[in-house]
Amino acid sequence: MAKIIVITSGKGGVGKTTTSASIGTGLAIKGHKTAIIDFDVGLRNLDLIMGCERRVVYDFVNVINGDATLKQALIKDKRTEKLFILPASQTRDKDALTREGVEKVLNDLAEDFDFIICDSPAGIEAGALMAMYFADEAIVVTNPEVSSVRDSDRILGILQSKSRRAEVGNEPVKEHLLLTRYSPERVIAGEMLSVADVEDILAIPLLGVVPESQAVLKASNQGQPVILDDKTHAGQAYADAVSRLLGNDVQHRFLEVEKKGFFNRVIGGR
Amino acid sequence: MKLFDYFHKDPGTQSASTAKERLQIVVAHQRATRNQPDFLPEMQQEIINVIKKYVNIEQDQVSVQLDNIDNCSVLELNVTLPS
Repeated sequence: MAKIIVITSGKGGVGKTTTSASIGTGLAIKGHKTAIIDFDVGLRNLDLIMGCERRVVYDFVNVINGDATLKQALIKDKRTEKLFILPASQTRDKDALTREGVEKVLNDLAEDFDFIICDSPAGIEAGALMAMYFADEAIVVTNPEVSSVRDSDRILGILQSKSRRAEVGNEPVKEHLLLTRYSPERVIAGEMLSVADVEDILAIPLLGVVPESQAVLKASNQGQPVILDDKTHAGQAYADAVSRLLGNDVQHRFLEVEKKGFFNRVIGGR
Repeated sequence: MKLFDYFHKDPGTQSASTAKERLQIVVAHQRATRNQPDFLPEMQQEIINVIKKYVNIEQDQVSVQLDNIDNCSVLELNVTLPS
């Protein structure tokens, strides 16, 4: 039976798709058969971030409508074994995702996958609600910035009241906080909310902190999940987060300013 | 410049604490309304409109609150009538 994890945030542009790609890849690297589903109908992007945009033939909505089988629509990742991508369609029909249709696809996937990652669109419209509805766990991607934190709190409220688990009265959706674009230098300078501040406000367990990194843009330019760039801090932070998601106790890294020599500090080198 | 920064931190740039305070307030408010039914704001407005038809009151002189006590929902309506 697969575990369904939604990657959500409320606010756009905080790194949901980047996170979906990296967490999905990380789980597959650890040997778990994983599918990543793009729920952003009309604005698909996961295929680009995963570098499989030219291999899209059928999509999520085709499968729901019975125009293609799940097997036909799933794209097997070329770099990572056990990893599959289900792209979103480019249709503008907002009601293309029906609850029954989504449920059937998830049930079919659950039969031979270990993890299903649902990459949610921004906002709290139908697509975002659908991505959250069937989730067992949620990774709430947040930037240390006021609008993102507020939206994350909104999303937590929705997870607690509108998910299937909430409706049937099962154990609530397990929530994880993933803080991205973190800059310890700016935190020290008092210009950015600290990890502790955000944890304090949202009051959910911390899954990981991904530092602001040029590697993320480089990875998306190349269509390669940043977790594969294992020499970079962002890639390493995602690998740590995957490990924690699998229940390992891993110390948080990249929360402090890297030590610079006295000479650098005085001269102002960066 | 860097050397100067090292000894002198401009309090004006300490904006993170302002952000935290503002967030704490807005999130507390958000959570208080989290378990409200979706129709409540509209119902509140309609109740206020009805009262306004008979009594000259301002918006902020009326509070409508829904509380859940055990299995029972209590709708509390508070109107400050002008003397």
